[in-house]
Amino acid sequence: MFRDAPHFDVRDYLRQEMMPHFLCPGCGHGMALRALLWALHELKVDRDKLAVVSGIGCAGRLSAYIDANTFHTTHGRPLAYATGLALARPDLQVVVITGDGDCLAIGGNHLIHACRRNLKLTCLMLNNEIYGMTGGQVSPTTSETRLTTTTPHGNAEPNFDACALATAAGAGFVGREMTRHVPKLKELIKDGLQHPGFAFIEVLSDCTEVYGRKNDMGSSSEMVLRQKSEMRPSAYRDSVDEPFRSTDLPTGILARNTRPEYGAALRAAK
Amino acid sequence: MNAIDRSHAKPAAKLLSGNAACAQGAIDAGCTFFAGYPITPSSEIAERLSTLLPKAGGVFVQMEDEIAAMAAVIGASMGGVKALTATSGPGFSLKQENIGYAAGAEIPCVIVNVMRGGPSTGMPTRPSQADIFQTRYGSHGDYPIIVLAPASAREIYDETIRAFDLAEICRTPVVLLYDQVIAQSSETVSLGGRPPVHATRKWASGSREGYKPYAAGDDLVPPMPRPGDGYRTHTTGLTHSETGFPSQDPETVTRNLGRLYAKLEKHRDLIDSFEAVRCEDADVVIVAIGISARAARRAVDTCRAEGKKVGLFRPITLWPFPEIALREATKHARAVLVPELNIGQLRLEIERLLRDRRVEGLHLISGEPITPAEIAAAATKLASEV
Repeated sequence: MFRDAPHFDVRDYLRQEMMPHFLCPGCGHGMALRALLWALHELKVDRDKLAVVSGIGCAGRLSAYIDANTFHTTHGRPLAYATGLALARPDLQVVVITGDGDCLAIGGNHLIHACRRNLKLTCLMLNNEIYGMTGGQVSPTTSETRLTTTTPHGNAEPNFDACALATAAGAGFVGREMTRHVPKLKELIKDGLQHPGFAFIEVLSDCTEVYGRKNDMGSSSEMVLRQKSEMRPSAYRDSVDEPFRSTDLPTGILARNTRPEYGAALRAAK
Repeated sequence: MNAIDRSHAKPAAKLLSGNAACAQGAIDAGCTFFAGYPITPSSEIAERLSTLLPKAGGVFVQMEDEIAAMAAVIGASMGGVKALTATSGPGFSLKQENIGYAAGAEIPCVIVNVMRGGPSTGMPTRPSQADIFQTRYGSHGDYPIIVLAPASAREIYDETIRAFDLAEICRTPVVLLYDQVIAQSSETVSLGGRPPVHATRKWASGSREGYKPYAAGDDLVPPMPRPGDGYRTHTTGLTHSETGFPSQDPETVTRNLGRLYAKLEKHRDLIDSFEAVRCEDADVVIVAIGISARAARRAVDTCRAEGKKVGLFRPITLWPFPEIALREATKHARAVLVPELNIGQLRLEIERLLRDRRVEGLHLISGEPITPAEIAAAATKLASEV
């Protein structure tokens, strides 16, 4: 338990009948989930009005553990499902949980348009740099030269900077935090949940089993400690403005604007 | 026949295209959400609904692609509203994975597919009837689906409303399938007053303790939990138990998939719809849908005027196929003729159902409709041979 959360017991927010969860020991996704639930707790979000939409993969499975209205949809499409849900039910607080492959590869198109559209949604992208559930294949965020089951000679592709992408696409709120700083991550998620438009939050997670092990990255704690120094996106770094050009990985709130929220704009236009 | 009573409708003639009739039908059925992506020859449905829906308190959204449009429709329906998307061949292909999700997770929705020739981008502005099997078997895995194949603007209006009714009653995706000629030709249509909404969704009620979202009663259709009502359920495309949570238990998986098929069989009285014209004494029965059926209707008149005993069986419900009605309509027929704008899709189904009968196809894949004269000639030839 964290000292600053005396009244928060994560078990109150989890479906106990679904325990034990399926995450591997050392997986960062559990910490990301904890931070989300903690943020929901502190904001006193009514879970009868909370809808969590997830895609496919390790991150996609997390929705099933949350005691709320949860929807485990198709690979890459949770943002599109959530768009329909949020437009049909503006009274719901809609949260999307997606992984790096789900969100940036198969679902990349939906991400950029969700950012552009600026519908009130909170998107948590858990970035563990790998396709974990399918056995450790390369993802759009796998760092260059890393070994995966589909890059046996080392990853030759530059990896995405998801936050730069979301910012360029017009997301109303963009933030990044690491599972090594759960209280900070919780605060960032709280900010995102309260943002009146589309909020994109990248969570740097870790996959010890099919990524860390293959690349000799050590234990989960060692992987978490490496997060900031090693998970630097390379793609487009030289072509974008600060803060994305920095050699250091920027975290916290990276972009925030107050463009009109899409659902309200739609409902106002007749 | 269709058991839903439409006798309240008062005539009010309008010149409408099939696509316009579809948009109006959706509004009158209580649809309040449309997500789509432009594609010929279906785009007029989206265009018209972009005007009509906001006025009706609904939402129109043009999504970034066909897959997103289908996903958004399912998302909206999960939220509790009646939702529609409309597309054509290539777009329909892209929607298939999510259509399977809607079938498996039992999310009501309506998908219009205005057929165009294929494969691939094919002939965007030409009629085709080559998606008959794709509507039934397009997504992966085993799943049942309802497909309605109207043949006129007025019927598109009625069948659009019926599609929403069936989607809600059976908790399943329903496909409305028609061709470019029907979609884009304008006809004088009497719509009458706004029909009452026949089917509203059966929502979960009662105790939240121990609630099982996929536990079905006698009608085999489980009431749906509405987000916000406190049930806090889980919906997934994975095989699931009555709790809604993933399961790979062989017995559970078998029972749930079996129920999906059985629930449609249980509602066949509502689902089955067809038209049989002069089949009672027919030596040759023509089986056709859409624009081919309208040409066949004329061919029947031509043949009858010449003393040939020819009839027409037109399935309005295409899947599940109204096979009992087909067998009844062809009881005395010695041969069956299937004219269609493809290389032989409906014919395959008729051959399967009428294995003891001679079944001939008349197939045109040039991007033109089959003419009444061509069908009459083929029927006359067949009548002389049997």
